[in-house]
Amino acid sequence: MSVLSPVIAIVMTLILGAVLFTALGVNPAQALYVYFVEPVTQLWSLEELVVKAAPLALIAIGLALCYRANVWNIGAEGQFTAGAIFGSAIPILLPDWDSWMVLPLMLILGVIGGMLYAAIPAILKNRFGANEILTSLMLSYIALLVLDWLVRGPWRDPGSFNFPQSVTFSDAATLPLLVSDGRLHVGVLFAVLAALIAAIRLSFSVQGFAIEVAGNAPRAARFSGFSQKRITLSVFLISGGLAGLAGICEVSGVLNQLRPEISPGYGFAAIIVAFLGRLNPLAILLAALLLALSYIGGEGAQAELAVSSTVTRLFQGFLLLMILGCDTLIAYKIRLVTSRSHASGEAARG
Amino acid sequence: MQDLAAAAADHGVQPLLRADGLTKRFGALTACDHIRFEIQPGEVHALLGENGAGKSTLVKMLYGALEPDEGQIVWNGQPVRIGSPAEARRLGIGMVFQHFSLFEALSVAENIALALPHLPRRTLADTISRVSKSYGLPLDPRSTVADLSVGERQRVEIVRCLLQEPRLIIMDEPTSVLTPQEVDLLFVTLRRLSSEGVAILYITHRLSEVLALANHATILRRGKVVETADPAQETAGSLARMMVGSEVLGIERPPAVTGTRKPRLVLSNLSLSAEGQFGTPLSGIDLTVNAGEVVGIAGVAGNGQQEFFDAVSGERTAATDQAILIDGVQVGRRGVNARRKLGAAFVPEERMGHGAVSNFRLSENVILTRHATDNEVARGGFLHRRIARDVEERVGERYDVRRSTADPKAGSLSGGNLQKFVVGREIDRSPGVLVVSQPTWGVDAGAARTIRSALVDLARGGAAVLVISQDLDEIFEIADRIAVLSEGRLSTLYPAESLTMERIGLLMGGIHGEQAGEDAPAALKDSSHAS
Repeated sequence: MSVLSPVIAIVMTLILGAVLFTALGVNPAQALYVYFVEPVTQLWSLEELVVKAAPLALIAIGLALCYRANVWNIGAEGQFTAGAIFGSAIPILLPDWDSWMVLPLMLILGVIGGMLYAAIPAILKNRFGANEILTSLMLSYIALLVLDWLVRGPWRDPGSFNFPQSVTFSDAATLPLLVSDGRLHVGVLFAVLAALIAAIRLSFSVQGFAIEVAGNAPRAARFSGFSQKRITLSVFLISGGLAGLAGICEVSGVLNQLRPEISPGYGFAAIIVAFLGRLNPLAILLAALLLALSYIGGEGAQAELAVSSTVTRLFQGFLLLMILGCDTLIAYKIRLVTSRSHASGEAARG
Repeated sequence: MQDLAAAAADHGVQPLLRADGLTKRFGALTACDHIRFEIQPGEVHALLGENGAGKSTLVKMLYGALEPDEGQIVWNGQPVRIGSPAEARRLGIGMVFQHFSLFEALSVAENIALALPHLPRRTLADTISRVSKSYGLPLDPRSTVADLSVGERQRVEIVRCLLQEPRLIIMDEPTSVLTPQEVDLLFVTLRRLSSEGVAILYITHRLSEVLALANHATILRRGKVVETADPAQETAGSLARMMVGSEVLGIERPPAVTGTRKPRLVLSNLSLSAEGQFGTPLSGIDLTVNAGEVVGIAGVAGNGQQEFFDAVSGERTAATDQAILIDGVQVGRRGVNARRKLGAAFVPEERMGHGAVSNFRLSENVILTRHATDNEVARGGFLHRRIARDVEERVGERYDVRRSTADPKAGSLSGGNLQKFVVGREIDRSPGVLVVSQPTWGVDAGAARTIRSALVDLARGGAAVLVISQDLDEIFEIADRIAVLSEGRLSTLYPAESLTMERIGLLMGGIHGEQAGEDAPAALKDSSHAS
């Protein structure tokens, strides 16, 4: 039953979507077609689908490791941004450096940036017991504002007519394409690679085992000799690194410059991807494609049906709500309790 | 049963409660199968049975926490449907649970007020003092529950129950956490209640208590009433036969190896801070466990057992390396896996969530304690699940772990079976030092015997075995030397032969001064509990 949960959630989301479009005065059948079918009918949009799914999958794989360990990293958006900023330092500060080393260095810096930024909530949690949900989320907004400041201030392209954007990256700082034209960059391969490695390590390595134990029974993890703090730090570092990698790939492979808005909420949408993919790295690849579909469908719907772009976010929100709802309702039964019988709740323990 | 009912009719007494064919099924399992029995007013009725015999299920139906599938409950001659514990309480049925449902951070009066919101708050403290004193259960309503001993916490539960003026009190294994002296005090209270006409349904698997206290015993086995007995006509042995269905054998315990005594586990001046707000700190613990012997640590729960286990296992490390020696190696500041590598093995009190992960298969639970020490189970950071499955298979067969499928999840096993697995998993490693906490907690007699023999055999094979247990019978059955843990301090080690139940009881409760002192001698005199 719990395997079916994502399927039920998707169907319910489509039904809710149809209701929403009807309320907006749009023909629901046409709207759903534009959203979910049209993008897969053309080659360019299929390619775009993969380009958008790649960062979602990279981030979601890292988040899945966190969530499996019962560590709630909600700040992937910030780690994504930190990775993009760190990696972009090379092409922005050394625009004339032309070497094969530029790109690998950028990627490594991107990973380090994401890791460092993710280390903050991990250390706060380990040292002071600070709730990582709050700290990682709040740190996201700080990262976004730092990026905003950089591209309006020190890193603004002097020749940009005051537009808040950095210089365009040189060829040496641009991720190569997989096929000669279009936008399919090699960053897509990182997502597939990360999924494979994560899947293997989760099932067969001692570290993967440690993550599972920590998530299922913290006391047993301690008994097994795994340090909860070390696990918390390591899953934060891995997921931060993957989010940072996604960030620098997005900037280097798609945008080619830093701007105030480099992500349409990938870091948050990846939370949905992680749960839709049952926290399973391979299934996350599929889930990422579905979420990417909602982004592209949303753009199409804006153009063809004149519905607001916020509808896309609504859709994503519906989806998360439905998945979590399905998971909860499959595992638990609803029982209405009046205040009178509530007082006797003590006996329910027995 | 007929003759019982007839006898009741003869005396013109209506039974207070009659269970009439109560049946409860969980899937394929029939937990209670057409249970019939009666309780007269003022009677102490023992409900006797092994774990899994259906005692708890039956009681939950009587207390309204479970709905019977078949049959009915007749209360004072009227068939009643008890839909919730609140309804049970309205009828006059009270219950004292095995595990307490108290808020540690609140005072006695606050805890009682929470459960009984209709009582007037202003006079509640006085009422509690009065009622508790009149039943020989003195309580200070203003004291914080966290500061109370386990026996005192039970008093809170009992007083809370008495304030509802019940006509039937159900007690689920009330003595499992008490010292022998506290048990005697409890019995005085129960006899007094019974003389006032309050019926008591007393659930236990301790035969001596049935003999000492009960007027009637109903014996359950596999969900059925197999026997009703008059305890006055029975002996502990005959009751045990009814309960288990066959002769219960003691375990064989060859004498401990004397002569060269090699210390394998040595604790010297071991101290540890309390875990959490309500833990008990350990101070200055000295202990030597030699090869070939079983050492038992007796004591009432909450006297530092958790901290003691954590310190010895290395889940929490000590301040100095010298505090703990395993086979002469200083390990005080080293973790659990470093100690396992030296040949130590550990079984914690809590099986689920500590000794095993319920969501994991048994083979994965093998990995849990072996990934750092067994080169076959994990090598170079990678797991060999097939080998873990072989271990699971071996432990399962050797220790008779009944599994419904091959390699099931730990959570699907019954408590006793999982306990056999968790203990067997460690003994299978042939450890040099084995530390076990509550080895047979909630385990039926057959499984307990398997586990206890395995522990003794391991020791006689040259290992040092340290058993932490609240069950004095168990400690006397397997331990060669005994120490008592009380308020985080360990007594000196006594040879088991030199100790009596009474003496241990004094060591267990002696340090904790309570008002009970004045009542204790009287209670001891008419005690028939001590074995």
